[in-house]
Amino acid sequence: MEYYLLIPFLPLAAFLINILFGKAFLKDKAHWVAIPAVAVSWVVSVMTMMEVIGGKTLNQNLYTWILSGDFRVSVGFLIDPLTAIMLIVVTTCSTLIHIYSIGYMHGDKGYYRFFSYLSLFTFCMLMLVMANNFMQLYFGWEGVGLCSYFLIGYYFDKKSAADAGKKAFIVNRFGDFGFGIGIFVIFLTFGTTYYDQVFAQAAGFATKSYSFLGYDVHLMTLIALLLFCGSIGKSAQMPLHVWLPDAMEGPTPVSALIHAATMVTAGVFLVARCNPIFSLSETAMIVVALTGAITSLFAATIGLVQNDLKRIIAYSTVSQLGYMFLACGVGAYTAGVFHLYTHAFFKALLFLCAGSVMHAMGGELNIQKMGNLRKFMPVTYWTMLIASLSIAGVPGLAGFFSKDEILWLAYSGASPVGKLVWGMGTLVAFLTAFYSFRLIFLTFHGSFRGTHEQEHHLHESPKSMIIPLMLLCVGAVAAGWVGIPHLVGGGAHFTEFMRPVLGHAEGHGTHSEEWMVMAISVAVGFTGIGLAYFMYMLRPDLPGKLTQQFSGVHRILFNKYYVDELYSAVIIRPTIWIAKNVLIGITDAKIIEAIVNGVPAAIGGFSQQLRRVQTGLMHHYAVFMAMGVLVIAAIMLLRAL
Amino acid sequence: MVPLSWYLLLSAAVFSIGVFGFLTRRNIIIMFMSIELMLNAVNISLVAFSHYLQDLRGHILVFFIITVAAAEAAIGLAIIIALFRNKNTVHVDEMHEMKG
Repeated sequence: MEYYLLIPFLPLAAFLINILFGKAFLKDKAHWVAIPAVAVSWVVSVMTMMEVIGGKTLNQNLYTWILSGDFRVSVGFLIDPLTAIMLIVVTTCSTLIHIYSIGYMHGDKGYYRFFSYLSLFTFCMLMLVMANNFMQLYFGWEGVGLCSYFLIGYYFDKKSAADAGKKAFIVNRFGDFGFGIGIFVIFLTFGTTYYDQVFAQAAGFATKSYSFLGYDVHLMTLIALLLFCGSIGKSAQMPLHVWLPDAMEGPTPVSALIHAATMVTAGVFLVARCNPIFSLSETAMIVVALTGAITSLFAATIGLVQNDLKRIIAYSTVSQLGYMFLACGVGAYTAGVFHLYTHAFFKALLFLCAGSVMHAMGGELNIQKMGNLRKFMPVTYWTMLIASLSIAGVPGLAGFFSKDEILWLAYSGASPVGKLVWGMGTLVAFLTAFYSFRLIFLTFHGSFRGTHEQEHHLHESPKSMIIPLMLLCVGAVAAGWVGIPHLVGGGAHFTEFMRPVLGHAEGHGTHSEEWMVMAISVAVGFTGIGLAYFMYMLRPDLPGKLTQQFSGVHRILFNKYYVDELYSAVIIRPTIWIAKNVLIGITDAKIIEAIVNGVPAAIGGFSQQLRRVQTGLMHHYAVFMAMGVLVIAAIMLLRAL
Repeated sequence: MVPLSWYLLLSAAVFSIGVFGFLTRRNIIIMFMSIELMLNAVNISLVAFSHYLQDLRGHILVFFIITVAAAEAAIGLAIIIALFRNKNTVHVDEMHEMKG
């Protein structure tokens, strides 16, 4: 298993080569370095997966990174079933999206830069999932955030893109602040940051609590919630979800890789990884479940009325991430990770299809100006249709199995909010199916509503783009087959595989109940698709009428519940006001500049007076000297007396 | 026998004439000559004290002063000539380039 080191370090090498030699030598051949590196990473990941399936795990410290008193951090790697699954997800998506980028980014002047950042991102993400201690996890966590910033702001000469990059970075700061403190508390409590030691001791602290400002704070709840702060930021959950839709300013492959398949799922990975801590705190679990469920519902309702192709998919991502947290919150970590794994395929596929549509439409993103694209780009149409069927939960496809497992375990699990979040999750399943197919019908069916010029330009994307689409499509169909539940005759291999790390969530229900939950989720999925068909294919006049009828609701949804405006009013504008009027206006102008400018001004003023003594006239100097002599003589005489 | 105080009075008178000349005249040559007067006033008092105290060290000092004054006169006049060539004047009020 020693070759596992190739997995993260090959992309790092590709990054170094591209960033150092890309501009001068590699230019538009940068992918010749990046793609082989990540492809070999994928091969090694698959080999690692095989060994993990064979029962091997590994926990190895490679190098002592920081050593200070009792505080010891190493660059270390942990490979267990959870890591192995994440490796497969990350390297598969990364490889396919690298290939897709050849076609998508063709001719871009920052081609080498794009590939070097993608490689760096892949490295950081792999370091994150392979870490065996919290510090290295944090390194990867910040590293992927940095790459996300670079790539959202890839078109940095466009103001909206640069702003979106900043927004993503700053919003994540809020979450990471809690996460950082969480790591400190872990070190203070356990005296170590290594997973194995922390988790082994966790149960011993289950009932320990601190008295803080007169309140009894349950230690494990505190740690779990602080860690969850990081998850909320990174995985764009309420109330820190605002950065993800804006992150769509980045190139579409970036949206697919970072903001759908891998980085944003790091929050779910963190919760799953720390399940021994979360499981000890019922409060934290309820918070996780409710945050997930509320975010999921909230984002899905926004997705219903948006017109920007990529933003709809972005809200869908926020919603599905909420689903994963919902699963983790009811104790079904396995189901959460399972959904993470299937979601990576169909969501990356949706984004790449959106990129393909954008490519054909010349950068147009408004789905109201599309239509009938099915005729011009059949491969994109079919792959996107399959991805949408998968996310809508049509039986047999990947999304169905993971979503069904989450809903069943929410319904039947021991969590006090289980039934509630099950209801919300079912509603979200309906909404998801509806907006996904609204997207499909508006984009690919009906008649073309764009300009004549755009219609003339419509074409299927190049091979380097559609081949990754087809390969991901296989994933969107088949990825779920490793986790077919016992109920419908499957082996639930995924659950068994994850059991050593994530435990096993018991569902307490009869077979008939399980059938019922499954039937409801399938039924709402089909109802959603049917309603979308009815509203956008059979009665295309209906959406407009409904918008008029419920203009208030529509306006709230269309403006995303005014969360951005709220933050602008509550946080951003007061901050800018303080910066302008207090920090610039008083501290800077009145205090610092007063000192910095005042001292030289005083010296200068004094000098201005002093320079008058230097008249340049010799007899003035002579008089001074003579008077000096007189004064000295007078003093001498007086003293002599 | 001339008493010591007469020499000293002569010396003081010559020194004062030098100082007065230096402070009041604007012609640089005259000012230069005033400096020579002051030096020589000092010489007179040194020789007088040397004789009065019967100590030759005063004489030796006078020789040094005469030597230095000679060197100073040579250099000073050279500077004055150079200055005159540039400025076409020996009037010190017209030389105030060093004004601060």
